[in-house]
Amino acid sequence: MATGLRSVGYLPGESTALVSYLATKLGKPVLVEGPAGVGKTELAKALASFLGRELVRLQCYEGLDEAKALYEWNYRKQLLRIQAEATGTGWDAVQEDIFGEEFLLARPLMTAIASEEPVVLLIDEIDKTDQEFEAMLLEVLSDFQISIPELGLVKARTHPVVLLTSNNSRELTEALKRRCLYLWLDYPALEHELEIVRLHAPELSETVARRLVEVIGMVRALDLKKPPSIAESIDWARALLLLGVKDIDADVFMETMSVIVKHRTDMDVVADRVGLKLRSPADVA
Amino acid sequence: MSPDPDAPPPEEHLEGLPARILELGEELRREGVAVGTSEMLDAFAVLEEISWTSQEDFREALAATLAKSQEDRRVFELVFDRFFFRSVELAAAREGIREGDAASLEELSEQELEALRAEIAAALRDGSEGAMRDLARMAIAAFSRRQEGSGVIGVDVQRIRRALGLRAEPQPDLPPEDPRRDGLPRDALRRFEALLRRELERSQVERTGSLPPARPLGELDRALPSGPLADLAAVHRVVAQLRRRLATQGMQNRGHRRHAHVDVRRTMRASLQTGGVPVVLKYRPRRPKRPEIYVLCDVSTSVTSASVFFLSVLHALHDTFRKMRSFVFIERISEVTDIFEHERNFKAVSERISGDAGVADISGYTDYGRVWSEFLVQVEDDLHPRATVIVLGDARTNGRDPRADIFAQIAARAGRTFWLNPEPRLYWNYGDSVIAAYEQYCTAFECWTTAQLEDFVRALTRPVISAAR
Repeated sequence: MATGLRSVGYLPGESTALVSYLATKLGKPVLVEGPAGVGKTELAKALASFLGRELVRLQCYEGLDEAKALYEWNYRKQLLRIQAEATGTGWDAVQEDIFGEEFLLARPLMTAIASEEPVVLLIDEIDKTDQEFEAMLLEVLSDFQISIPELGLVKARTHPVVLLTSNNSRELTEALKRRCLYLWLDYPALEHELEIVRLHAPELSETVARRLVEVIGMVRALDLKKPPSIAESIDWARALLLLGVKDIDADVFMETMSVIVKHRTDMDVVADRVGLKLRSPADVA
Repeated sequence: MSPDPDAPPPEEHLEGLPARILELGEELRREGVAVGTSEMLDAFAVLEEISWTSQEDFREALAATLAKSQEDRRVFELVFDRFFFRSVELAAAREGIREGDAASLEELSEQELEALRAEIAAALRDGSEGAMRDLARMAIAAFSRRQEGSGVIGVDVQRIRRALGLRAEPQPDLPPEDPRRDGLPRDALRRFEALLRRELERSQVERTGSLPPARPLGELDRALPSGPLADLAAVHRVVAQLRRRLATQGMQNRGHRRHAHVDVRRTMRASLQTGGVPVVLKYRPRRPKRPEIYVLCDVSTSVTSASVFFLSVLHALHDTFRKMRSFVFIERISEVTDIFEHERNFKAVSERISGDAGVADISGYTDYGRVWSEFLVQVEDDLHPRATVIVLGDARTNGRDPRADIFAQIAARAGRTFWLNPEPRLYWNYGDSVIAAYEQYCTAFECWTTAQLEDFVRALTRPVISAAR
C-alpha cells in the first residue's frame, strides 16, 4: 500500500498506509482527522489514482441537505413531462412515469453508490454540516444503500472506498464514529516532511530543503492561530526556488514569510521569535 | 537476547488472544473510552487482515478501530502500553521465566562502559527504537549493579541518564566524533527515558514476582492541571475539547425548533423558474438564539492556580458566545470584555489581565460583598431572564461580609446563575468559605477535573427554555 501511494506522489506515514489498506480490505469508511493542510484530501485523491478508481467528492458546508448530497427530483423535467402528456392520460400512468430514474438527478452520494465501477468517495469536512446530515449518512455508510420513498431501495452495485475528513471544529456523533476506522493525521516528522518537500520541489537543493523544513518545524512549535501546513511548506519551497535562494537567512525569511504565515498577529510572533533565531545560527554556520 | 517483551503474545497463546483483546476493550471502557461491541468486532476483523508480528501494525490497527478521537487515542496509547506490558509480565512471572543474560554485564570495564555510552548516544541520534530498547536494558544492567538502585524508578532513570552523560544541550568539551557533542534530540531522549522506566519496572516485577498496582489513568493524568503556566498546554487541550463540545451543543439546540418561516420573497423569486408555480419553498434561515453570558472571574492569590485555567475557559467561551461580558475581580471588579475581543493570543490576554487586575486590587484580598454591589451597578439594566451569570471563584471572603442579599438580587434578575468552585466539595464551607450562603441562589459546581467541567458545560448549553421556567 505504502509503495503504491508513493508511486502516485503521496508519501504516507506508517499508520496512514496501514489504515488505507484496512479500509480497502474491510470496506469500512475511514474518518480522517487532523489539522488543516496535512493532506487529508490529498490522501483521497492519491488513493483514487492508485486504485485506478474515479473520485467522487462531496464538499460539506453548513446547511447541506439531502437534495444536494443524495438525489433530487428533476422538477422541471417532471413538469414538462406532465404538460407534454396533457389531457388523456390518467394520473396513475403519469405518476408512475415521472418518478422514474429518468427524472432523478444523482448527487455525489447517489453517484458513488449507483456507479458501475467501484469509486473512491470523499466526504470532505464532514464537521461543517449539522448533525441531522450526519444521521442521514449513517444508512449510506453502514449498508451502502439509499432509500428513496418513491423508488424503493437503491443498493450499491459496487463497494466504494469512503473517506470522511474532519477539521475537528466540532465533535462528530458517536454513531458516525462507530461505523468508521479512525485515522489521525498530524504534521509529519522532520525527515518525512523533508521527503515530501523534495518530492514536490525536486530542484531545490538538499541543504535549503532541510533548512526550510527545520524552520517550518520551529514555526509550528510556536502557539499560532494557523500553523503552516504541508501545502504551505511546498509552496514556500517553490517560492524559494523561483527566487533562486541559496540559503534561508533572516532577510529571506522576512521577505517570504507571508507564504507560510497568514495572520497579522501570527506574523508578528513569528518575525519576533524565528527571525531572531535564524540570525544567530546563520552566523555560526 | 530473550524474546521481545513488547511483542503481542506469541502463537501458542492464540486461543488466549481474543480474550486479551476483550480485556483491553474492557480496560479502555474503564478509562472512559466509548468502545462498543461494533468496535470490538471491527478490531477482530482488522486483526485478520494484518500480521501480528509487527508491533506497530498491531497497535495501529487496534487504534484505528478502538480509539475514535485524538483524546481517545492518547488514552489508548497509555492503556495499550500498560495492558500488554502487564499481561506479558504477569504470564512471565507465573511461569517463572527470568532473564539470564544480564549477569554477564556485571564486570564491565571502564572502556566497555565508554563504548556503551557512545553506542547509546548514536542510537538516540538515529532514533532507532529497537536498538534503543536493547541498549536501555544493557545500561540498566550495567549501572544498577555498580551502584545499588535506589528502588524508586524515577530516581534511577535520572541517575542512569546522568551517568551516561546524555543531555539535550551541546557539550562542546567532548571529542568531535562523539554524537553527544551537538546535543541529542529531545524527543529521542524522552523515548529512551520511557524505555528505561519500563525496563526498570519489569525488573522490579521480576524481583518481587508480583505486579505493581495498576494506577487508574483517569484522575491522575486527566485532572485539571493545578500548576502555573507550565501546564498551559494541558489546559489548552481541555479547553479545545470544551470548545468542540460547545460547538456541537449549539447544533443540537438548533434542531429543537422544527418549524421554519417561509421566506415569501425568495420563494416568489424561485418560482419564476417554474413558471410562477411555487414548487420550491424557501425558508428563512434559522438563527440559534445565543444566550447572553456574564462571567465574573476571581483572580486573587487564593485561586492563583485555578485562575490560569479559568481565564482560558473564558477565552474559549468568548470564541463561542458572541454576547458575552467578562469581568475579573479581586477586591473590586473590572471589565475585560474588550481585551478578549481584541486579543486572540491567550498569552497576551493573560498579561493584559494581570495588568488590569492590578487596578482591581487594593489589599489583595477578595471582597465579595463589594464585588456584587459593583457588578450590580454596572449591569443592572442589562440583566434579563435570558442572561446567564457565571461566577468562577472559591467563595473565600477573608472574613468580610458575603452580602448574599445582593447576590440574590443578581440571581433573581438573571435567568440562570452558576458558580464554579475550583475547590473539592470537601473543603466547601470550611474556614472562610461561604459558598453555602450563595449556593441557595445559584447552581454550584465543583470544578477541578475535566469531567466536572464537562458536567458544567452540559448544564450551560442545555436549552435555555427549560431552565428559565
